[in-house]
Amino acid sequence: MSTNNNIAQARKLVEQLRIEAGIERIKVSKAAADLMSYCEQHARSDPLLVGVPTSENPFKDKKPCIIL
Amino acid sequence: MACQGLQKGETLASLKTESDGLKKKLEVERGKLNDVELHQVAEKTEVLGALSIKTRRVLKGHGAKVLCMDWCKDKRRLVSSSQDGKVIVWDAFTLNKMLTSSGDGTCALWDVESGQLLQSFHGHTADVLSLDLAPSETGNTFVSGGCDRKANVWDMRSGQNIQSFESHESDINCVKYYPSGDAFASASDDATCRFYDLRADREVAVYQKDSIVFGASTVDFSLSGRLLFAGYNDYTINAWDVLKGNRVSILFGHENRVSRVKLSPDGTAICSASWDNTLRIWA
Repeated sequence: MSTNNNIAQARKLVEQLRIEAGIERIKVSKAAADLMSYCEQHARSDPLLVGVPTSENPFKDKKPCIIL
Repeated sequence: MACQGLQKGETLASLKTESDGLKKKLEVERGKLNDVELHQVAEKTEVLGALSIKTRRVLKGHGAKVLCMDWCKDKRRLVSSSQDGKVIVWDAFTLNKMLTSSGDGTCALWDVESGQLLQSFHGHTADVLSLDLAPSETGNTFVSGGCDRKANVWDMRSGQNIQSFESHESDINCVKYYPSGDAFASASDDATCRFYDLRADREVAVYQKDSIVFGASTVDFSLSGRLLFAGYNDYTINAWDVLKGNRVSILFGHENRVSRVKLSPDGTAICSASWDNTLRIWA
């Protein structure tokens, strides 16, 4: 009976939402501070951020020096 | 009329009322903790300098749209797949298991050797277009995004949908975890990319500009998580400052939609795949 399906679905949704509503959360200020600190900690080892010397970067063309 | 399955006092209408109430409650609870915006906290952090990223290689060889690619663990090679049927790419993670998402709205976890279905994940109401596994240190979860505009976080062992985010206004084409595993980003046909923090249980940033009107199809983070590279249907790749929320760089070069961007395993380069039949390496 389709009404039973609707009820089952509706009940499932309520149960799912109860779970989601009940989880523990932290403030955005704390979460943001943690995200920032992760970025700062790893910034130095992020080649796309700080750049890598041409000699060490396998993707950058190495131009030979020309003495004029 | 007798309705089987209803408990005392319950009706379809009362269940609907309760679920509407719970949805509102979720909004309110999330709203209570939104004491500050991410970009405001980020004002303390240094502004990023200009990026010097440009095309270093153009790989020509496919005969049709390039749809997907990935880097090999040896950090030098990459595999790509195209509509010309040439290469197959497997989405695999450790221990011989494979996680898939489908147009039927579900995700599934398979044991590759036995072909057995280990766990299935139900909760999306339309095609699931993308999924990403949490970085290994943070446990057994993954995030999925789909045409129902929702991004869901799942527990792989129980099959339980742990968290759900519905702020995009159109299909979510791609989801990707932030390197620490505490957040993830999404790319959508609504021309925005968004950033969600899992512990705050809410969206904390939207990466958008009035001038960006085409859908975003793909995202990936730089190693430190400070940069978010996003590929768009207007053929460009935008590099966003994840913390401050502004665009840092636009990478031009492709002559058709960008279908996928991926960071190399050691973080020195980004590869982009496109409907112009080429792949580009940016470093």
